[in-house]
Amino acid sequence: MPSFTEALQSQVGRKILTGLTGIFLVLFIIFHLGGNLAILGEPDAMNRYSMFLHDMGPLLWIARIGLLAVFVIHAWLGISIWLRKRKARPNNYAVYSSKGGPSKQGLSSRSMAFTGVVLLIFVIFHINTFALGETQTVMIDGQETHDIKSLVIDTFENSALYAFGYAFVMLLLGTHLGHGIWSAFTSLTLSNKKASAVVYTIGVLLAIVLAVGFLFIPLYIYFGGGCDAALINCN
Amino acid sequence: MSTMTIKLKIWRQKNSHDPGHFEDYKLDDVNEHMSFLEMLDVLNENLIKEGTDPVEFDYDCREGICGSCNLVINGRAHGPKHMTAVCQLHMREYNNGDTIVIEPPRAAAFPVIKDLVVDRSAFDRIIEAGGYVSVKTGAAPEANLIPVPQDTSNIAFDYATCIGCGACVAACPNSSASLFTGAKIAHLNSLPQGQPERDKRTIAMVNQMEKEGFGDCSNFAECEAVCPVGISIASIAEMRKDYVKAIF
Repeated sequence: MPSFTEALQSQVGRKILTGLTGIFLVLFIIFHLGGNLAILGEPDAMNRYSMFLHDMGPLLWIARIGLLAVFVIHAWLGISIWLRKRKARPNNYAVYSSKGGPSKQGLSSRSMAFTGVVLLIFVIFHINTFALGETQTVMIDGQETHDIKSLVIDTFENSALYAFGYAFVMLLLGTHLGHGIWSAFTSLTLSNKKASAVVYTIGVLLAIVLAVGFLFIPLYIYFGGGCDAALINCN
Repeated sequence: MSTMTIKLKIWRQKNSHDPGHFEDYKLDDVNEHMSFLEMLDVLNENLIKEGTDPVEFDYDCREGICGSCNLVINGRAHGPKHMTAVCQLHMREYNNGDTIVIEPPRAAAFPVIKDLVVDRSAFDRIIEAGGYVSVKTGAAPEANLIPVPQDTSNIAFDYATCIGCGACVAACPNSSASLFTGAKIAHLNSLPQGQPERDKRTIAMVNQMEKEGFGDCSNFAECEAVCPVGISIASIAEMRKDYVKAIF
């Protein structure tokens, strides 16, 4: 019998780990979207949310490190699967097409490695812009905290590159999740045909909702004129 | 009965070291009732008459049960039809003047022997690793000695219909052998006779699959689409379940 770590490195183990980390990351981005949408709420809702997270202290760091680890594992597994695939078929077909029917081949499934790598690069820039970016401070309940809301508005209001770049990457996120959500559950041994069809539909819908939710905010800030936008209340 | 002219673009490769190339052929008077392999027989007769090397391709039973034929036709393993092996494909699926591209299954684990013939002994080694039930030989036991519920028997039979043609590997963008290995594991692991060696079998076959150089499964489900007997990707889920059970 292989040890637990050997089992994790087997084809089955890698796939299950990819699915588990993928589902965790989807749960994270659902929460992340919730945080983003706070920009449309009360004037200080987003900064209050930011303050709440910072007040968690060491817990926040544990969450950050855990999230980073999950992200790195997921990315590494995806890249290694892609590398193995190249080794497993050194000579490509001159002509290749899907047979349709039960096949899940399509733009979403065939571009997983590409969209995944773009998301990996995006996350580095994203953290640099917002998590490590310089912020003004603002007073909430007599406590000084980061004015993350102004940073978000300034970034997207004044840069078409940022607004459209973010929106484009979020389309790629939706494309990644279109196959990814169903694939994750399938890797975690979902096999019942009806349940699988339901999960596939939910997965695609969730992918669309998440992509639209994320790309709406930068575009809305850009076109709406930041604090002048109808749904954004700065004061 | 209508006849047609078919243009063929066929992969020719002298041996596993030869880089290989496509060669064009034109075949007149192709009968729509010919099977795809009969069409290739006619081509080979012509080539032999011309004194050139015939195109090597694998076949045996020509009735869809042996799993020998395994051509990739216009980019699809076993051609355009679902649940059909190449030998069951007929020329009526094509039109006069069509160009048909024929390639061998392309996977590092299936090296080309010649032209369209590949070495699929990697599958044999996966079976050798655990795709069997160890029994003491002797007189055949009474058939009803071990009761098998009908549902279980049906499921096992569905998986047992895998003919090992390798279309799943040919069609998978990752050249994964998960459908083949999954079907073999799920077949034996679902039967009472397969229980004693269940864990050992699952681990050994999964390990051998990897050792042979097949790629990972990315849940494209293309394998199910091309499988001539329609094995479901549920077999891959069964393999994963049994692998996890074997570890814990």
